[in-house]
Amino acid sequence: MFHKSKWLAATVASFTAVAAPTAWAETPADTLIMAWSIDDVISLDPAELFEFTAGEIAGNSYETLIGYDPMNVSDISGKVAESWDVSEDGKTLTFKIKEGRTFASGNPITAADAVYSLTRAVKMDMSPAFILTQFGFTADNVDQMIRQTGDYTFEFEMDKAYAPTLVLYCLTANVASVVDMKLVQENEVDGDFGYNWLKTGYAGSGPFSIREWRANEVVVMERNPNYSGDAPAMARVIYRHIPEPATQRILLEQGDIDIARDLGPDEITAMSSNPDLVVEDGVKGSIYYMGLNQKNEFLSKPEVAEAMKWLVDYETIADTLMKGRVTVHQSFLPKGFLGAYEENPYSLNVEKAKELLAEAGLPDGFTVTMDTRNTPEITSLAEAIQGTMAQAGITLELIPGDGGQTLTKYRARAHDIYIGQWGPDYQDPHTNADTFARNPDNSDDAASKPLAWRNAWDIPEMTLKADAAVLEADADKRAEMYIELQKEHQAVSPFVIMFQEIEVMAHRNNVSGFVIGPSFQDNSYAKVTKD
Amino acid sequence: MSGATKTGGRSRALPFAWKATKLLASVALTFLGLLFVTFLIGRVVPVDPVLSVVGDRASQTVYDRVYIELGLDKPLIQQFWIYLQKVFTGDFGESFMTKRPIVDDILRAFPATLELATFGVILGTILGVPLGVLAAVKQGRLADQVVRVVGLIGYSAPIFWLGLLGLLIFYAKLGWVAGPGRIDISYEYDITPATGLLLLDSAMQGKWAAFRNIFSHIILPASLLGYFSMAYISRMTRSFMLNELAQEYVIAARVKGVPEWRIIWVHALRNAAVPLVTVIALSYAGLLEGSVLTETVFAWPGLGQYLTNSLQNADMNAVLGGTLVIGVVFVGLNLLSDLLYTLLDPRVRRRT
Repeated sequence: MFHKSKWLAATVASFTAVAAPTAWAETPADTLIMAWSIDDVISLDPAELFEFTAGEIAGNSYETLIGYDPMNVSDISGKVAESWDVSEDGKTLTFKIKEGRTFASGNPITAADAVYSLTRAVKMDMSPAFILTQFGFTADNVDQMIRQTGDYTFEFEMDKAYAPTLVLYCLTANVASVVDMKLVQENEVDGDFGYNWLKTGYAGSGPFSIREWRANEVVVMERNPNYSGDAPAMARVIYRHIPEPATQRILLEQGDIDIARDLGPDEITAMSSNPDLVVEDGVKGSIYYMGLNQKNEFLSKPEVAEAMKWLVDYETIADTLMKGRVTVHQSFLPKGFLGAYEENPYSLNVEKAKELLAEAGLPDGFTVTMDTRNTPEITSLAEAIQGTMAQAGITLELIPGDGGQTLTKYRARAHDIYIGQWGPDYQDPHTNADTFARNPDNSDDAASKPLAWRNAWDIPEMTLKADAAVLEADADKRAEMYIELQKEHQAVSPFVIMFQEIEVMAHRNNVSGFVIGPSFQDNSYAKVTKD
Repeated sequence: MSGATKTGGRSRALPFAWKATKLLASVALTFLGLLFVTFLIGRVVPVDPVLSVVGDRASQTVYDRVYIELGLDKPLIQQFWIYLQKVFTGDFGESFMTKRPIVDDILRAFPATLELATFGVILGTILGVPLGVLAAVKQGRLADQVVRVVGLIGYSAPIFWLGLLGLLIFYAKLGWVAGPGRIDISYEYDITPATGLLLLDSAMQGKWAAFRNIFSHIILPASLLGYFSMAYISRMTRSFMLNELAQEYVIAARVKGVPEWRIIWVHALRNAAVPLVTVIALSYAGLLEGSVLTETVFAWPGLGQYLTNSLQNADMNAVLGGTLVIGVVFVGLNLLSDLLYTLLDPRVRRRT
């Protein structure tokens, strides 16, 4: 939000050096208090929520049908579901629900709740609904396709024989959380599926229940006494909205909070040397990339796209500018995904880029604009790239704007280059293949507008390959298909994929057991203890 | 806006009811204009409000549905008319971001700002006026220089930086005050929300431990805002006082042997008070808009943060609602300072 220059951080640093904390406040032993910028929360209804913070809150308070081990995502297991069978034709999955478990309200969890939750999300058709509707469900047919067959069994019939891994991973997403049907229906008004209540309410079965959400202020979670797993050690978990990282750092050093969630490189460096604090990180699925609009006469030349891939100083940026926050990654599937391709062939090579530009008939370079979100992070990244591009004669003009502005322009295909982040929507490789390597219709009024569309990249053949991978039942073969797809994509696409995000947090040294998972939904504090 | 009450010589003949009607009409027109301009700005900024609602990942059908739900398919004037009709029935709509009625949101954010701003402006006035008088009386001497330098720092130092510095010194190092936020979590549920002004609520409910906690949270940001308004108020007081002290009545009073303290604090200050009221009111209004930077550093859930966040997400219902509140504050403070004019200045009183 603000251009916090280095001197600000430097002032804070030098003052904390002098000002060793004297007064010690301590948070209660059974309460975990986190400082985080939580103004992205717009709803707590699993059928609607789709933001980082809300995803984490739902991940700790609801249970999905299927889950995976956050340390090894290929290890899929049932959460609410006990087991599942795939039919002969591959189009129907039959799920069995674990018996004898209850929601936080005390209501039993049955197949009726699971069916209600899935059909509810499809009928409400909010932002994350596509994760389910991509299997051929509509508001009209979903009651026939997802049907209860017993107290603890139901069938899930799709329009095609999709890869079971894809279906199962999609059922790990927040949108597939099982909600308490009875409780939600009690709060239904005028056929709203209880939405107006649940968007700020709670009807789940996870380790914590949501007691209160005050927008831009606080979220209070409480231990769910009816949780079927091990009871969490923490009776309460509180998210405090502290937008400023420097403020978070002061609070953490004072012991008024247990965990600080938003840290810049300066804060990380300073905190790493404080014996009272522990800095922890985990690789997240979000990818930093540049999208080159193929409507631009220069950027549409394949040599130019390749030259730009040689004009980013990946190593230096990851080691200094964004130290600890990113790792170099150049393919569209983030590390940790099924079939992720982990080769990074590009590095800064100005000579090679110049040759490619000469081949493209642009030996003297050219001028393009780049829409740059005005966060300190993206701005400094863009400035670094601007510097290396200039070495090959490419003049990169940065157009700053806030998130809404740059995104609006990007979605209208009115940019030259867009620099930003893309996070996967669910844990299956199709989520990113669908957007980076599929573009079924490149016309201006296309029905679906993936990233490939936004950059006007017309790829009928690659789209077919991506579609084929969705139907491959064998997981190993499927992974191989994605690796091939990424290799080709890496070489020819107008996407300069650069980094994968690392989430960093700092906590006081008496806190342990916070799991940083591959997505925010997987971040878990059910096993956090304080001593 | 203040012209509405000072309608000139003719107004004496007009009956009270007519004056009130004129005032109301002018206020209504002001609000209408304010809303229209804000609405227009909100619709022409290149930010897509639908994206704030559905996010970047929604399918086209979801996008289209919300586009129509928000009424964005209708002509601008019609959208404005629909909004106005709702406002007249007391419905300010829902915020896209918090999914709550705007009225609820503002009733929560505004008291936080009101409490902070009131505290701040009281500190600023208590300190600023005497310092300004001192500077004027000791014009050109050391005291004057000191006051002016202190004021200059208040004018030029970034509030963001001063805020962090204040936290480091008084909260982290000395431990004199509590940290960011309005209240400690442990006292949070002690108080039943009534006015939303936590100091007042806790005092009325006799929760003195909570009151002390709230006070120790508010004192630092309030002092910071107080310092900034003090800088402005002391400078203006100084120049008003210099102006008054050069007047003939001051010389006349001195000749008559009126004690110097009486000349300064009673005669001159009383006359300087008339323009000073406007300065203080303006400074108060400025603080009531919400000081975004202060609110950010101190994690203060006030109007400034709310409005900034809403603007960045093109959450127009929230922006319009917030703008109305600020409009009411400005008009209200204007009326108040006009009222104070008539109390302080007999000439104004006679005219009306």
